Amino acid sequence: MSCSPSAAAVKKIDGIIAPYPEKSAALLPVLRVVQDELGCVPPEAETWVAAKLGIQPIRIREVLSFYTMFRRRPAGKTIIQVCRNLSCTLAGAEDIIGFLKERLHVGPDGTTPDGRITLVTVECLGHCDHSPCLQIDGIDHGPVTRDGVAALLEELRAHE
Amino acid sequence: MSEDAVRLIPADEGSWRLEAYLRRGGYEAARKAVTSMAPADVITEVRKAGLRGRGGAGFPAGLKWSFVPQGGAGPKYLCVNADEGEPGTFKDRAILVRNPHQLIEGMTIAAFGVGIRKAFIYVRGEYGRIAGRLREAIAEAEDEGFLGGGIFGSGFDLEVIVHLGAGAYICGEETALLESIEGRRGQPRLKPPFPAVVGLFRAPTAINNVETLANVPLIIGRGADWFLGRGLPKDGGTRLFGVSGAVRRPGLYELPMGTQLRTIIETHAGGPPEGVAIKAVIPGGLSAPALRPDELDVTMDFDALARAGSMLGSAGIIVIGDKIPILDVLKVMARFYAHESCGQCTPCRIGTSWIHKTVTRIGEGQGRASDLDHILRLADGMKGRTLCPMGDAAALPVQALVTKFRDELEKAVAR
Repeated sequence: MSCSPSAAAVKKIDGIIAPYPEKSAALLPVLRVVQDELGCVPPEAETWVAAKLGIQPIRIREVLSFYTMFRRRPAGKTIIQVCRNLSCTLAGAEDIIGFLKERLHVGPDGTTPDGRITLVTVECLGHCDHSPCLQIDGIDHGPVTRDGVAALLEELRAHE
Repeated sequence: MSEDAVRLIPADEGSWRLEAYLRRGGYEAARKAVTSMAPADVITEVRKAGLRGRGGAGFPAGLKWSFVPQGGAGPKYLCVNADEGEPGTFKDRAILVRNPHQLIEGMTIAAFGVGIRKAFIYVRGEYGRIAGRLREAIAEAEDEGFLGGGIFGSGFDLEVIVHLGAGAYICGEETALLESIEGRRGQPRLKPPFPAVVGLFRAPTAINNVETLANVPLIIGRGADWFLGRGLPKDGGTRLFGVSGAVRRPGLYELPMGTQLRTIIETHAGGPPEGVAIKAVIPGGLSAPALRPDELDVTMDFDALARAGSMLGSAGIIVIGDKIPILDVLKVMARFYAHESCGQCTPCRIGTSWIHKTVTRIGEGQGRASDLDHILRLADGMKGRTLCPMGDAAALPVQALVTKFRDELEKAVAR
């Protein structure tokens, strides 16, 4: 894995920075581009982003460690985020989480040994009228059942 | 004119597209404001309409705008709060998905009124896909001259930038949101100075919720009196009530401000399913203190809910059925606030963490007789002792559950 963004990503990053009155303000969206490309934001990328935005590297680490969607270590190819806030809990979220743990043989924040899937539990996804809900690589699903989740996992496997 | 034209969530096919919005009469209010009104008159009209902030605090929007200094050579900014993170809330998502142009039009009118040329829409990171649709809508509006340079052939310009968050509840607090746009941790700022005077990049800044701004075209297009007629005399317009939990028809219901809570639950959302009775209702997102079944005859507006000891907040109604132990609700609540405290103020950081530990221990069957009083004391120690409203937001709903469902919780502690 290379630790600097590709030429295409750099071009995208330059486009993101342009409208901000201060370059450093583009930090969150820039980190997102880096993470989308590299799968996480490794230390070398922190240094690269700091130089690009003209800020101290510690500023990058502060932000990475604050926001839950940023990862400093690689995750699975697919990320399943399961909501466990109140509306989803009332609709059976813990059962769905238990089912996913059993099927994938991982705990929350764990990645399957083949590196395919990372399971994450999250707070409200803002889809409460479709609870229990989850997101697979940013796409919302809900209300989900055990059978529905099993079908989604099958679909993921079929797409490989 | 169809009813869709005055709804925040229209039902017409492809409602998010510019052509559909124009069919509903879209951008006529912005045209009216920009080409025929004085900026100060725009603010006056919104003040007269009694439009209160839909994010949670209910602060009058026009009044908020009037605090931004007029004139001046430096930049001023508009920030749209689309960091919808209050558990039980999914209304801004619906506006972004079904009616993004009405938000953009509201932003144009607000920016014109306050004298702003650059706006940021802060969208929570989890709504990344939805932000894609918003960007398409912005591009459509720019192509038609509704955004960008010389809007409606006038000398008024507005540039709009979509800024994605990255997972942090606290960024819905307006000064944390500013920090986050500036590329830092979302840790709230000390107020004063208020953002209207010293906000984004140290410049005067107006910050409004998505639903608040989406109402603005209706006010300018149809007038403050019309808008007031759709709600209450001091609290105009409709509200998007989200209902989730133990009801037959969870969903979003756009109804007049001041609709009865019981009517929303029973009539619109179909009441609880067969064999389930209501144990408690959270009326305005997780941070709103819960109501007991005998407290549901209350109108859903800012003042009535405050009098009932709760708050309208984000109008996300969570119905809790009688099969759910209150301890389970308390566990979710305690974990959530401990997870989301930004860590800046000691009472909130330590208080939420200790409440979480105590509730977890009770859940593990290791409760102590003093635990419930201990939780109430910890919550008291947070209230009014933090930079931002999160201390209160975490303390009040916990206190309400412990106080109102004490008997049930005592049994859980003794187990």
